[in-house]
Amino acid sequence: MIRRLILSFAVLSAASVAAAQPVAVYGKNVWTGTAQGTITDGVVVIDNGRIVAVGPASTRVPAGATEVRAEWVTPGLISAFSRTGLSEVSGVDDTNDAGAGSSAFSAALDAADGFNPDATPIAVTRLAGFTRIAVAPQASSKLFGGQGFLAETSGLPGSVFRERAFSFIVLGESGANLSGGSRPAAWAALRGAFDDVRFFGARFMTHSEGNVLTRMDAQALMAAVKGDQLIVFQASRASDLEAIMDFKEQNPSLRIAIVGADEGWRVARRLAALEIPVIVDAFSNLPASFSQLASTAENAKRLSEAGVTVAIVNLDNDSHLARLATQIAGNAVANGMSFDAAMRSLTTAPAEIFGMSGLGTLAPGGRADVVAWDGDPLEVTSAPQAVYIDGESQPMESRQTKLRDRYRTLDESQRPLAFRR
Amino acid sequence: MQFRKLCLIAVAGLALTACEAPASRKDKDTPESLAANPFPSTYKPYPSQTMLIANATVIDGKGGLIENGGVLVEGGKIKAVGKDLTAPEGAVTIDAKGKWVTPGIIDNHSHLGAYPSPGVDSHGDGNEISGPVTAEVWVEHSIWPQDPGFARALAGGITSLQILPGSANLFGGRGVTLKNVPARTVQAMKFPDAPYTLKMACGENPKRVYGYGGGSTPGGAPYSRMGNVAGYRDAWIKAADYKKQMDNAANGGGEPPKRDLELETLAGVLNGDILVHMHCYRADEMAQILDISNEFGYKVTAFHHAVESYKIADKLAEYGACSSMWADWWGFKMEAYDGIPENIPLVHNAGACAIVHSDSDIGIQRLNQEAAKAWADGKRIGIDVPIEVAWQWLSLNPAKSLGIDDKTGSLEPGKMADVVIWSGNPFSSYAKAEKVFIDGAQMFDRDDPALQAVMDFELGQPGEGDRK
Repeated sequence: MIRRLILSFAVLSAASVAAAQPVAVYGKNVWTGTAQGTITDGVVVIDNGRIVAVGPASTRVPAGATEVRAEWVTPGLISAFSRTGLSEVSGVDDTNDAGAGSSAFSAALDAADGFNPDATPIAVTRLAGFTRIAVAPQASSKLFGGQGFLAETSGLPGSVFRERAFSFIVLGESGANLSGGSRPAAWAALRGAFDDVRFFGARFMTHSEGNVLTRMDAQALMAAVKGDQLIVFQASRASDLEAIMDFKEQNPSLRIAIVGADEGWRVARRLAALEIPVIVDAFSNLPASFSQLASTAENAKRLSEAGVTVAIVNLDNDSHLARLATQIAGNAVANGMSFDAAMRSLTTAPAEIFGMSGLGTLAPGGRADVVAWDGDPLEVTSAPQAVYIDGESQPMESRQTKLRDRYRTLDESQRPLAFRR
Repeated sequence: MQFRKLCLIAVAGLALTACEAPASRKDKDTPESLAANPFPSTYKPYPSQTMLIANATVIDGKGGLIENGGVLVEGGKIKAVGKDLTAPEGAVTIDAKGKWVTPGIIDNHSHLGAYPSPGVDSHGDGNEISGPVTAEVWVEHSIWPQDPGFARALAGGITSLQILPGSANLFGGRGVTLKNVPARTVQAMKFPDAPYTLKMACGENPKRVYGYGGGSTPGGAPYSRMGNVAGYRDAWIKAADYKKQMDNAANGGGEPPKRDLELETLAGVLNGDILVHMHCYRADEMAQILDISNEFGYKVTAFHHAVESYKIADKLAEYGACSSMWADWWGFKMEAYDGIPENIPLVHNAGACAIVHSDSDIGIQRLNQEAAKAWADGKRIGIDVPIEVAWQWLSLNPAKSLGIDDKTGSLEPGKMADVVIWSGNPFSSYAKAEKVFIDGAQMFDRDDPALQAVMDFELGQPGEGDRK
């Protein structure tokens, strides 16, 4: 926060000056994510980076407020699991800081160290209505991927607003592969690592004798083991989810969420009872591996109806196309999930999972992450027309829009297209 | 998911298909060995009823839209399309009030069956990476008809699809066009009389797989894009020579050459019998490929992936090559860095042939939505294409690229009754394919589990099919 304030002074731009004046965002539909539900013909009033009023269009608006009119107004969307900002071109290793297969470290790898707010996927993601992203490292050397973080998508320096927001741990087939070749090896590594943390003093104060972890990794995992930090486990097979839930029952203080969870619907009641939220890709409906045999397009619906907190993401391309989570959520609705639950999967659910207070809803006093849409946000044909982060109007421009504008017409009879920008 | 990504970046080739009708067959000049069809289609349409789909919004696939219209199906063929159709006696009438009816979707870029689910190593049959030129392989010999992906695609309204080899090689091998009917053998899926296709690939994949392959440097040619081009030309020179020997032999000028599977396929391209579908991302590379095709006298039917087609849409229109594209994939590799969501509408707007393809077992389940995204992104920059025109990206244009547009791809009398009834406007996240007909036979019903295929692999597993 402090970094961000300093930055604001440093690069104070025309956009941020303009944001000093209040904004009234009118929508034919205003989805609030609160007890106000969806307001027909409503308005959201923004002032000083905060939402100051949410109500019918007749709500009193400060004099001189900028008016924006849209079909739909929603909170800024939150991507609950992404690698956005960790790579510029995923397949070009030099630009990809998501994973480090040859590193001596694991749990200590801090994804925030690899975040680049200038990465072009950030603007692309913002233009699709996502104002906040949870970013996870990739587990490449061990089942402990490292530390994930939370960021906003303004593209400005200092946009990471919570480092070390969660520890990322991979189980299932991938965890087995990263641990020597089997699930038992993965669980031995996990339990051994927890012991390394619990007996940190004995093992690391005078020498370095961890079962699994280096001293630095054990330190990094400490908050998670104590239950002070969220652990995001990746797993899909029902038996893997059961094993995680057993682990949670043996270690009740742990704070856990599960990403993947393709077979989650088969254990939905227990997930709900243990209050373990899930982050799912609702497109995943194929037996893509032997850990996903029971995948179904109705997974999100069934989990949601069982009372599990469900966030929806794009796990197929979590870097450059994290933004497709809106399409995926729309398809979850087509497969039986309620519209409200699908909207929550992109807003309140991730806010709850990561403890982002004042975000994910349109409520007076909340932070003014607001998106004005030209249609239903879950429709493939819709797009944002304006995006606000902490009340600041965001540029609706990306490298993609610049390429588009350059090649909109191909006439170079007078000058090469390279001069067009 | 991991597998899919790997497939895309390291192995899968995206082929390009063109919308031009295939060059006319020169059957008389075609030597026996080329004309021979050792793996003939055994597909036969399943029994169908005379059926009137009434009161629907009908997209005819040729660019027309009929409100409150009907489609009459008889003998597995489209009999009539229009308003005020009456059902013949004994016909089944489906009241499709509030629904939309379209031609079945045709995906001209799929690896289903060749990279099936589950994506275990034992199933990685999509790429014969043993050499940069493997025109001798035919992807149909890799296709596992029990891939659950076929059933999922059917639920997304896919009635025909092209399976291609991957893009590791300069010449990846023959592709094959299938009817999307569950079957015990791939022969029983083969689209009758569809021409063969040849998968080729530009750019990063061939040079990485070979030049940098096997962990040693250099691994062998090609090592660079110029190596790629030399590789294509070298192969075409051999093919031209082989074709000349065959032509001479056919005209009484000596013995035919020794049979060579690789050169038979390449000569088939030069004869106009086999359609070239070429994976190519970058605009500048596509332009060079067009020159190579002119040098050797063949036609590039379609470029696949073609994420930079928008930069040379005018040139593609002039040549008559189709671009087979994603709506919005970009940035996963260097040659995909300049992908933009308006690629498809910009290509269409330039008068070039645009096709929406999947290259994905997930994307193939909702190509209508992929088209819808492109359509909407075009609209926002002033390219206002009617939905019924944009639907050609999904059916008629891919049918042209596969040389089957005289048989399917639009709802016209005499064509195969490959028809989808949608719950609503298919350019929506919420629309679902409710009923899918192939040659008039119903192959999917969203509301009837008895009409939802479950492949062998899923039988007896914790889940059976998508909606277990």
